Amino acid sequence: MIQSRPRTPLGYLPILLPAFALIAFYIVPFGSMVGMSFFHNLGGGAYEEVFTLENYARLVSPFFLSVLGTSFEVAFLVALFAIVIGFPFTYLLVNARRGTQVFWLIVMLSVLSLSEAIIGFAWSTLLSRTAGIGVLFEALGLTEKAQSYAPSLGAVLAGVTYIAMPYAVLLLYPILSRIEPDIEQASRTLGASPLRAFFNVIVPMHRTPIVVSFVMIFVFTLGSYLLPQILGRPTNWTLSVVISDQALLQSNMPFAAALSIFLMTVTILLVLLVTLINRKGAKA
Amino acid sequence: MMKSSALSRRTLLKTASALPLALAAPAVLRAGGEPLKVGVYGGYFQDSFDSFVYPEFTKATGIEIESIAVPTGEAWLIQLQQAARAKRAPADVSMMATVSIMRGMRTGLWAPLDEAAMPNVSNILPTLINRYDDGGLAAVGAVSWYVTVATNTDVFPEPIESWAELWEPKYEDSLGLLALVSNSYLLEITAKTFFGGTDYLSSEETIREVLAKVAELKPNTRLWYRDEAQFEQALKSGEIPIGQYYHDVTGLAAADGFPVRSNFPKEGGLRESGNWGVARVSDKIDEAQIFIDYMSQPSVQAMLARNLGTAPNVARESMDLTDEEFAAVSSDIEPVIPRYDLHFERTDWLNQIWAEMLQA
Repeated sequence: MIQSRPRTPLGYLPILLPAFALIAFYIVPFGSMVGMSFFHNLGGGAYEEVFTLENYARLVSPFFLSVLGTSFEVAFLVALFAIVIGFPFTYLLVNARRGTQVFWLIVMLSVLSLSEAIIGFAWSTLLSRTAGIGVLFEALGLTEKAQSYAPSLGAVLAGVTYIAMPYAVLLLYPILSRIEPDIEQASRTLGASPLRAFFNVIVPMHRTPIVVSFVMIFVFTLGSYLLPQILGRPTNWTLSVVISDQALLQSNMPFAAALSIFLMTVTILLVLLVTLINRKGAKA
Repeated sequence: MMKSSALSRRTLLKTASALPLALAAPAVLRAGGEPLKVGVYGGYFQDSFDSFVYPEFTKATGIEIESIAVPTGEAWLIQLQQAARAKRAPADVSMMATVSIMRGMRTGLWAPLDEAAMPNVSNILPTLINRYDDGGLAAVGAVSWYVTVATNTDVFPEPIESWAELWEPKYEDSLGLLALVSNSYLLEITAKTFFGGTDYLSSEETIREVLAKVAELKPNTRLWYRDEAQFEQALKSGEIPIGQYYHDVTGLAAADGFPVRSNFPKEGGLRESGNWGVARVSDKIDEAQIFIDYMSQPSVQAMLARNLGTAPNVARESMDLTDEEFAAVSSDIEPVIPRYDLHFERTDWLNQIWAEMLQA
């Protein structure tokens, strides 16, 4: 690709609109959130525009650190499951017939169109004792009495992974569809089984896309607040649940803003760390 | 992303049944002058007021009403306050939760009302009257509702007689309770049940003591719910067979044939209220007072009990409700009243210790 700077100021015109949009719709709201996080809460949605660190002082506590830990635990496991299921699935998909590919991509896209509330209710019914797999397991004799599997950490992971899966597939699909079929054939010629070819050749080849997809799903999942409420117990409520409670139910905007910035800062640091490690690993 | 708490229980409750009535209601005519703008919670409440209340009020007084849908929670308070700064009133009269009324009082949002112009307000129970420090009337109780112990009778056929039963080991992993300190009011319920009354919640030390008692409910609680529909569905199916829930909604579900029952504990049901506040910047204060006076009549309170399922805010003797009609919405047992003063003054602290108790 040839890149050159515009020769006249007029040449910068095409980037004016995106630049304006970025400032108006991203930097300004974000800046107002940063400002808000330093205001003093008066209750009931009211706040005083004075500089205070009290919101940050409040969040530095073992309690919020443990809630942050819950967020990371959920996001890490969901990203892991989504990749572990999504990568082989996508690999099979790109090698499938065109019709099959289209069918599954449509299925994946339609999952995205579902409301998170509906997904939450569907999973809680599916995992229930009275109408879900509890009844099925009892009928099959797997359990003596029908049990309920929600609310629980497992239910949260199932629900959130369900939402994250389409993202995993859509992230990996364009990358995996560029694999030359020769590569697998070559490894097969050299005596590797299809499974061995997949694990020893295909997966290591895609180390970076896998890490990038993992990080994107991880970050995306950190924002999930509805499913942990519906499918989780209080110990499974993530920092995003606490933020939505503060903003929507407690009307404490300054504290909700401080919590959001806290979550975002830690996330950015973590992503930087992973990128750094991945870069070192790739060189080694 | 969708936020499910935006659905009010009232919306989900009977929208289907209220809709034909709302459509059948006579259209509000705007005969000269601006109508009085009255805001109540959107959904079931607004539909019911549109059908049963406003047309009768207009017939009785000649004052037209413009019905405004008000969001639950504090969003409406914020909107009213912002509008007041611009000297506008998006609604002349609004139905508000008690803590929101108190927050509005602090900024002088509500017009002081003239009691002499509203003789019927003397019918309203004294606990439902909010006054400014100088004695001026700031808000008047509009409607009330009860939260009791709801049970699935297929799973637990025996009636529940006391809130204390919720702590019994036999209900391990069986309860559905509201998730927040400010909507479950479990501190108040626990104080009344085990510590002699809600006055016990007088210091940080005693509040923490009561909170420790609430924490003993954790092993029994399957679902800490924010969304009423989630618990209602689980209660009906028996998935979560016992918990705190709205008395009138449970009664309606039972009438629809679901195996559920609302149990009034001997310590009293939890009684919550909505209140009428009039925006100070409104230029319709006289009409607003006529409206509040009209709503405070025992006959109107009885009508609301029959048609909306709300608990009357006036003495039982003053109304012609039958025993059955009264029991469907209320009880003679002294209720547990939320410590609104506490929730108003110590919002953040209560919320914090509650979250730490629950999520630890």
